Amino acid sequence: MGDDAIRTEDLRRSFGAIKAVDGVDLAAPAGTVLGLLGPNGAGKTTIVRILTTLLVPDGGSAQVAGYDVVRDAEALRSVIGLAGQYAAVDENLTGRENLELVGRLYHLGRDEARRRADEMLERFELTEAANRTVKTYSGGMRRRLDLGASLIGRPQVLFLDEPTTGLDPRSRFSLWDVIRELVSDGTTLLLTTQYLEEADRLADHIAVIDGGRVIAEGTTDQLKSRVGGDLLAVRVTDRDRTAEAAAAIADLGSGAPQVVAEAGEVSLPVREGASLLAEVVRRLDAAGLEISDLALRRPTLDDVFLALTGHVAEVEADQDSAGTPRQGRGRRPARSGA
Amino acid sequence: MSTVAGRAAPRRPLRWTFTDAAAVTRRNLYRYIRVPTLLLFSTIQPVMFVLLFTYVFGGAIQVPGVDHYVDYLMAGILAQTVIFGSTQTGVGLAEDMSRGMIDRFRSLPMARSAVLAGRTLSDTVRNLFVVMLMLVVGTLVGFRFHAGVVPAIGAVALALAFGLAFSWISAFIGLSVRDVESAQAAGFVWVFPLVFASSAFVPVESMPGWLQSFARINPVTVTVNALRALTLGGPITKPLLQSLAWIAAILLVFVPLAVNRYRRAAG
Repeated sequence: MGDDAIRTEDLRRSFGAIKAVDGVDLAAPAGTVLGLLGPNGAGKTTIVRILTTLLVPDGGSAQVAGYDVVRDAEALRSVIGLAGQYAAVDENLTGRENLELVGRLYHLGRDEARRRADEMLERFELTEAANRTVKTYSGGMRRRLDLGASLIGRPQVLFLDEPTTGLDPRSRFSLWDVIRELVSDGTTLLLTTQYLEEADRLADHIAVIDGGRVIAEGTTDQLKSRVGGDLLAVRVTDRDRTAEAAAAIADLGSGAPQVVAEAGEVSLPVREGASLLAEVVRRLDAAGLEISDLALRRPTLDDVFLALTGHVAEVEADQDSAGTPRQGRGRRPARSGA
Repeated sequence: MSTVAGRAAPRRPLRWTFTDAAAVTRRNLYRYIRVPTLLLFSTIQPVMFVLLFTYVFGGAIQVPGVDHYVDYLMAGILAQTVIFGSTQTGVGLAEDMSRGMIDRFRSLPMARSAVLAGRTLSDTVRNLFVVMLMLVVGTLVGFRFHAGVVPAIGAVALALAFGLAFSWISAFIGLSVRDVESAQAAGFVWVFPLVFASSAFVPVESMPGWLQSFARINPVTVTVNALRALTLGGPITKPLLQSLAWIAAILLVFVPLAVNRYRRAAG
């Protein structure tokens, strides 16, 4: 247990009456990737802010790299790296100047800061843009620069708060490659994301966060098995009768059916999938329900989230449409359907 | 369970306090190099004030014992320039906060004081630039130092120190209101009565009685009086001590307030 690079016990933090973090226990062994998965406002960012000493917890305890986040905050800062939700780079500096500034503030010394900056520029394919001001950078370039800045000090533990939010798919995939490479170097990583696919691809261990609590955790496979076996997904043409369809086939499943009325969709965990297909068709037909789609598939993390919380992961949460638009933060749907 | 045992925090060398502040100062100053129009527009306003007061109001303002109004005016212009300049401190900090820069800085192993020290220092450097420019413009429209070189240097130094004190007030405001537009607005409103209800442009004696009592204790008045003594000659000790006392008092109150705000900035 002394080998955990990140460890929290009963971590709590409120803002007024809102319990942003409400008793969170986490553990990440050194050299692994812990994914915090949850919708907007679930408390992921608050957890990251506590673990990176930006915020003091109200209760509980947290250690990162063996340092207590409150008592040893000062020492802790020299062994962590943080890339927040917004690319925190200075627009008026060049890419290289940004990296050198951060290097200097890690107290690397002038030559070492310059050398590290060059390394990062190369690693993140920014060498050509190195001497241009960041103002001229695209959203993806800013994120890469920000990630580079978070790595300048060779952190033992790296925190990435929604590293790919607002990026186009191509930038996202290339960032995933970079992150995977990082982890193979032995860095411990805590990653927050709203993208189920991202957690699936990158994390060894996932904690699903909702309403400030960990509502489930485990490996991707463990989480998927919580849904149980395969999933039978039926879509009916008449969406108003989705619940009726769910009731008609409920007893065929190994668990309760999940209903997404807006899509007219019912998903039912099943053990012996294929043999049931004919029965499902018969029953819905008998009930006079027209089927627009019928499929049998392996569960995705979307299904896990639905099974755990009873609601779909609200990737496009309202807080963003109401918030002020920020540069490089264009929103895009996570994944539609499965 | 006690995984923390045996990991004593390393002592940070004192020199990092200065090198970190210097690194942040440099970073802030880059902005003026990269966006020169920023500096240009922040100098146009004080230049206009020099011209406006010299040629428009100057003829109507009679100051007993002063031959050329511009000689009287420059001390006021210097004080006004540094105070208006210092309002940018809060704007800059609010900007850094809204862009996530403050978060990044706070997650780095840098000296906690460096962000505020760097910001107020870079604004002081900017003030030095604008003050020198004002003196050039003033000289072009007839202003002359009458008290000698050392007092002239003293005048510039006092103006900068006064601006630095106001930068800390502005820092406190900027960190309190948090967003850039509010910082811009909140940074200015309280500055106007201070600057104009003072001896900056007209003698206090010309004001109604109730206003005189405010104007006499106004830190701008005592500082302008000290600057006037340093530029034109005359009794210096009393206004200079009063001004330095104000500067010290402002720093004593607002440095801890601003630092406290910065610590909880992320709250």
